[in-house]
Amino acid sequence: MSDIADRVKKIVIEHLGVDAEKVTDNASFIDDLGADSLDTVELVMAFEEEFGVEIPDDAAETILTVGDAVSFLEKNAG
Amino acid sequence: MFSLEGKSALVTGATGGIGESIARALHAQGATVVLSGTRAEKLEALAADLGERAFVATANLSDRAAVAALLPKAEELMGKVDILVNNAGITRDNIFMRMKDDEWDQVLEVNLTSGFHLCRAAIKGMMKRRTGRIIGITSVVGVTGNPGQVNYAAAKAGMIGMYKSLAREVASRNITVNTVAPGFIETAMTDALNEKQKEAILTSVPAGRLGTANEIAAACTYLASDEAAYVTGQTLHVNGGMAMI
Repeated sequence: MSDIADRVKKIVIEHLGVDAEKVTDNASFIDDLGADSLDTVELVMAFEEEFGVEIPDDAAETILTVGDAVSFLEKNAG
Repeated sequence: MFSLEGKSALVTGATGGIGESIARALHAQGATVVLSGTRAEKLEALAADLGERAFVATANLSDRAAVAALLPKAEELMGKVDILVNNAGITRDNIFMRMKDDEWDQVLEVNLTSGFHLCRAAIKGMMKRRTGRIIGITSVVGVTGNPGQVNYAAAKAGMIGMYKSLAREVASRNITVNTVAPGFIETAMTDALNEKQKEAILTSVPAGRLGTANEIAAACTYLASDEAAYVTGQTLHVNGGMAMI
């Protein structure tokens, strides 16, 4: 597992207060992890802070699962 | 009660009678304030009078680039914005059948749209900090209507709907979003009325007098305080009883 994936999962676990084993690549923030739409905005803000990137709104709207976030950040962070 | 020590507030329209009183009241409770408006000299004089914890950020709210720059500027000056007071407003009165497109557009832009942009810019930091206060100065006419003010009343009613919706979205993050609706207040706006007009107005005000800017500022101070944490999505009417809603 990549360092980016680890950091993303840590943020998701902390922010949504869910068990680590639930935070799989395919887990949907809303459908599987109990996030509401405001949580998803806050997760994007937390990713931006952690990785020092700007995530534009149109990109943010495509980040629906843990894996989506990891692949976006692998392409755009660092 | 109602201490604002350690809090940072941005007040738009701080050169107007009500805006100045709001800025003074929040500052007196201990808040750091950024005074915004179009008249730099007047803002500087107010900041100098307040002394410490007062900054100036001029902005013309009919200019979207200036609106976009205002919140970042306030955050730069104070480190954060805990309290946003959207007070700035203009009037372009005309009877409906004579109202020009630009009279409509200008009033909606300054009184409603600039507030939307400022709220959106401010809410991000408030969400992160899990606390925040947004206060909009609307008007009794946004609820009752007023001949000659379809544009102003529409913008003020629009604020109420916008603030209620936003209040629902962010209440779980300890951010409150409320409006204060002044009735007839002694300001430059009402000074323009003649005695006969004032008398006519007062027949509709059970309190029998005009309100003062300080009475609006006191309502804002309450809504900005920790004590008002459970009050959100409300419109606080300060109007001497002229409309009881």
